[in-house]
Amino acid sequence: MELLLIFIIGLLHASGIYMLLRRSMFKMIIGLILLGNGVNMLIFLLGKLTKGHPPVIEDGAKIFTEIYADPLPQALILTAIVIGFGLQSFAIILIKRVYQVLKTDDLDELNSTDEEI
Amino acid sequence: MSNPYIVLPIILQLVAAVVLMFFWTKTKAQKTISILFSTAAVAVGVYMLHSVWHHGIQITHSGNWKAPFGITFVADLLAMTLILISSIAALGVSIFSAGSMREERLKFGYYPVFHFLVMGLQGAFLTGDIFNLYVWFEVIIISSFVLMTLGGKKAQLEGTIKYVSLNLLASSFFLTGIGFLYGLTGTLNMADLAVKMKLIENSGLVNVTGSLFLVAFGIKSAIFPMYFWLPASYHTPPPAVTAIFGGLLTKVGIYAMLRTFSLIFGGDEFMTFITSIIAALTILAGAFGAMSRKHMSKIFGFLIISHIGFMMVGISIFSEAVLVGTVFYLIHDIIVKTNLFMVSGLVMKINGSQDIKALGGLYQSHPLLSLLMAVPLFSLVGIPPLSGFWAKIFFIQGALSAQNYLLVGSVVIGSFLTLWVIARVWSEVFWKKGENLPKQANGVYFDALSNLQQWAYIVPMLLLSIISLYIGLGAGRIITLSQKIASELVDPSLYIQLVLQNQLP
Repeated sequence: MELLLIFIIGLLHASGIYMLLRRSMFKMIIGLILLGNGVNMLIFLLGKLTKGHPPVIEDGAKIFTEIYADPLPQALILTAIVIGFGLQSFAIILIKRVYQVLKTDDLDELNSTDEEI
Repeated sequence: MSNPYIVLPIILQLVAAVVLMFFWTKTKAQKTISILFSTAAVAVGVYMLHSVWHHGIQITHSGNWKAPFGITFVADLLAMTLILISSIAALGVSIFSAGSMREERLKFGYYPVFHFLVMGLQGAFLTGDIFNLYVWFEVIIISSFVLMTLGGKKAQLEGTIKYVSLNLLASSFFLTGIGFLYGLTGTLNMADLAVKMKLIENSGLVNVTGSLFLVAFGIKSAIFPMYFWLPASYHTPPPAVTAIFGGLLTKVGIYAMLRTFSLIFGGDEFMTFITSIIAALTILAGAFGAMSRKHMSKIFGFLIISHIGFMMVGISIFSEAVLVGTVFYLIHDIIVKTNLFMVSGLVMKINGSQDIKALGGLYQSHPLLSLLMAVPLFSLVGIPPLSGFWAKIFFIQGALSAQNYLLVGSVVIGSFLTLWVIARVWSEVFWKKGENLPKQANGVYFDALSNLQQWAYIVPMLLLSIISLYIGLGAGRIITLSQKIASELVDPSLYIQLVLQNQLP
């Protein structure tokens, strides 16, 4: 399971970075989304996977007696997904507006704010 | 000592933002409410700094979940000082916006979003939990995205694309770093992390994590190889927005670095080496960039970068002497940079241009206003006894005693280049004989404004100028404060002990 996750994380990061380096604005946003998902998976993996032991205390016991799955990484990822969703939807609307105003999808043509003066 | 009222600065801004939303199209009411709440925030800031100064660090655990399990808010001297200074800058910008923002922007929720942004800043200063810090950073960036695009002009949209994409990337780095930290230690509370990170033997992995945080905060605070988004975007929104961005947003990155490097990744040779090179290059790159530009806001944008480099000096050497300088510079820089962008806004309003070659003769036409604008300009250079001067003494002394001559040299050269840039702005815009610039037919210029609107431009600049004069002339008190903060940063054991004292056995 860990090995599979490692490959998925690597794939998401690699494809995310590849897309980020493209010249198209739209592909850049896709790259950021892929990278965000890769990071979420990474937190999930680094929180250590435990199979079949939900963090529920059994009847009669006061503390955990055996190893249990840590619920915190899932809470972190949930927060990160929600925040990421908000930011990504903003970014998508933004590139739509930029495309409407500037009539281009090529990042190399967005250089008027860098010009001297 | 436990005190639930330390979250008051956050709550106050939240309430302000929510109340303002009920007055969506009533811009006059919005202006009054925003200024009232910002004044209240300054009062709360003064009171709480006073209380922390006399009674020591104050802590609250949300939901009474003891550290390290719950989210902790910690009001120590660094946090409270920055909260006070940022509320003062926010008050200035709130008044400045009342005079300078167009009605159309105010009707699309400028003020509520502005207060959400300030809320995010206050939260980032107060929190004692690394994941919570991430959440506050996201609150800050989403508000800043909205402020930057509000109005939707071509240049604004173009600048925002660069700003948004790099900030999203920085957030991914930050989150990766948090994932690594959690994997290494199993905790997110910064005080608890400080204890557990010392026990980790694999220093390579700690350095990798530290570098991830350095990149994440580095993009946000615009340090050397990662600053290109700043000069491309900061001059595009209206001057009031640029003022709050230039004053506060990059400084949050520096604050986060101070906090994490003090508590989590302290005293590593590799980090010192990397950050001192970055600091030197940031100072020089920013200064050379400022020399190459002729547009006032762009010049000041590059100066932000250069002066972020000064603050990096403290982060790289991390000795008490240099940190005094960094904290002092942080206090001085927030006030001065906010004021500086207001100056460029006012120049724009008087003449309708920001091109320093075309401008001129401002001293002749508006002598008193020019004197007022001279205060932030020359405080920035640090002509003694104005406020920028004192911090540089500590930088140079501290870097000399650490035998880091690279940083001594770059601080000295950086200061000279700043002087050169400001002298050029002063002689071109204020002293040079000016020609009458062509006025746009539909533009409203400063001299044609009503008295009240003119004062809305002048009052915030006057307020911030008086404060930066106080920082310069009453430097003794600020130095005492900075020394206390620096000693807390170098030795955070009291912070750690106070946060963790209620730990379960």
